[in-house]
Amino acid sequence: MSHATKATEFNKDESKVNWHDKALWYVREKRDKSAHNVEGWEYLRQLGSEIKANVLSNLDEYLVQFESNAQKNGIHVHWASNAKEHNTIINSILEKHKAKKVVKSKSMLTEECHLNPFLEAKGIEVVDTDLGERIVQLAEEPPSHIVLPAIHKTKEDVDVLFQKHLGTKPSKGNPEYLVGEARKHLRDKFLNADVAITGVNFAVADTGGVVVCTNEGNADMGVHLAKAHIACMGIEKVIPKEKHLGVFLRLLARSATGQPITTYSSHFNKAEDGKEMHIVIVDNGRTEQLSREDFRASLHCIRCGACMNTCPIYRRSGGHSYDYTIPGPIGSILSPGKDLKKYSSLPFASTLCGSCSNVCPVKINIHEQLYKWRQIIVKEEKQPIVKTSILKTAGLVLSKPKLYKMAGKSARFALKYAPRFMIYNKLNAWGKARDLPEIKNENFDDWYKKRNKNG
Amino acid sequence: MTNSTVKVGLFIPCYVNQLYPQVGIATLELLEKLGVDVYYPKDQTCCGQPLGNSGYEQDSKGICNLFVENFKTYDYIVGPSGSCIYHVKHHFDILEQTPEVKRVRDNAFELCEFIVKVLGITDLGASFPYKVGLHKSCHGLRGLKLGSCSEVKSEHFSTEEDLLNNVKGLELITLNRKDECCGFGGTFSVFEEAISAKMGKDRVQDHLDSSVEVVTGADHSCLMHMEGIINRNKQPLKVMHIAEILNSSL
Repeated sequence: MSHATKATEFNKDESKVNWHDKALWYVREKRDKSAHNVEGWEYLRQLGSEIKANVLSNLDEYLVQFESNAQKNGIHVHWASNAKEHNTIINSILEKHKAKKVVKSKSMLTEECHLNPFLEAKGIEVVDTDLGERIVQLAEEPPSHIVLPAIHKTKEDVDVLFQKHLGTKPSKGNPEYLVGEARKHLRDKFLNADVAITGVNFAVADTGGVVVCTNEGNADMGVHLAKAHIACMGIEKVIPKEKHLGVFLRLLARSATGQPITTYSSHFNKAEDGKEMHIVIVDNGRTEQLSREDFRASLHCIRCGACMNTCPIYRRSGGHSYDYTIPGPIGSILSPGKDLKKYSSLPFASTLCGSCSNVCPVKINIHEQLYKWRQIIVKEEKQPIVKTSILKTAGLVLSKPKLYKMAGKSARFALKYAPRFMIYNKLNAWGKARDLPEIKNENFDDWYKKRNKNG
Repeated sequence: MTNSTVKVGLFIPCYVNQLYPQVGIATLELLEKLGVDVYYPKDQTCCGQPLGNSGYEQDSKGICNLFVENFKTYDYIVGPSGSCIYHVKHHFDILEQTPEVKRVRDNAFELCEFIVKVLGITDLGASFPYKVGLHKSCHGLRGLKLGSCSEVKSEHFSTEEDLLNNVKGLELITLNRKDECCGFGGTFSVFEEAISAKMGKDRVQDHLDSSVEVVTGADHSCLMHMEGIINRNKQPLKVMHIAEILNSSL
């Protein structure tokens, strides 16, 4: 199903669209205030972008350096070329520990690899411990946002969901009560977990440690209580030096939620005594994206979600309309590289307004990449016949002044004299919510010719 | 440099030519008032943007070449549409970069930018006693950098505001969302109809909530989209291109 179809569906409930738009716009404005309070914010973005460019150009060296430093700290390092390998590696670690219960702290990578269904099919309980993630997990839905996974749900929705799954009392969506109940529920899961899985925000090459940013402290809670910690990261998460965290931690939280820093920036450098720490480094299509010169900068992404919060289309269509793990503008430039056919409508789900590129903390030229994907998609994927014939005809007519003048005249004539029902019918998407411009008797050419004759 | 030694090729975008001749007329009269030597190449059609943005860039080469052919002899190419000028400057990279192509790309200017940056004028002696809401079109704002953007930390500036602030009687209204997209987006407006219409509706509402009487902007395609919504819903707003206001002596 195309983005437009799903977006139309989402728009059937206008009050919900308004609420979704306002909730995310609030986050965007909070981001503006907190970012613009930093002297040299734009320089920081430039620095972030350049460090990432350097990383991508020297990825092989940084990854090997990271691996060797991690191993020196007693961390087990695994390499996975795709989602299947990632899942299999994790399963083998769980088997080794005879683990039946796993707590997970937010990792979009495990979402991307569909780890939960893979483990659940093997009888393992996987609990997402980030509150938003837990909400969508209970609702059996994917996250609709990478930082605010349940942003499409109201507190009333959560109330109903918790009554069903956690046995809470109806509270008319009382947030304090619901959070309290979620805390009790999750505490039990933390205490009984065998293994904790986390994502990785930054993997530091010169120390071999990883940093995980959360607001709920759930990564620490999981890791410190379980026997083993598995951290999963995409190959692009590596940064050269620990001091570069000074750039990225400042950029990340401000861009994501407008906080100066996330409540917890947890540094995991080695396992506690008697415990194990594993890191799974995953490619899953990233090397291929790296090879596409026009799109390689998409791998700068630090998953802050700022492009979603600012995107006027995302705010009004919801994350599920993208049908990809990473929705919004960044998802629309990452997904075609994964499956051009399936995601061919995403680069068109944009007006190319450029706001995404302006908020991006690592300066990804998102809107320019959307434009470039469009050219590729039209070339390689079958397009609706109407669209192709209109645009190809336009290409021809507009390159021949005489044809253009004739076409302009007849189009204006038709629009001026056609009965209203012929113009405003179901086939005319423009006319559903908008009137067409009033047609004047003459165009600019006519006027100009007349004026010169008289002048 | 006196203005009359500057030879300007007037670019009237295809939809302005066919649907909004009054915008073309205001642009031409304004430039002539400023003493600029204006020419209107009669074989011009379009900049190719509708094709490029839809993914049909390769089919637009004929249009782009014709554009260069029409405008290659002028010192400046000036048009009342930020997005078309942006297209010429940024997407004519599909053509072989001959000296003519480069010249046309370098010297293409959106109308307001030309008046403020090239001619160095901000007071055009216009008067327009209304409350005006300025729609800052994305391609002009974020593409051509006609003003500071709300996302970026920088000193405030705006080419269009510089001009409007000097119009006698005009009250420039501050909107709640200063530079959000209106949702036109070319073929986006029909292929993503639901979102496009909703974005337009929200943008119009911001102007209404802020007691605006006249919505203006430097890109008439956005204005066409918003006007379509305003007319359909019979809302009390008038829509005018910035050239019409700057050429006004009400």
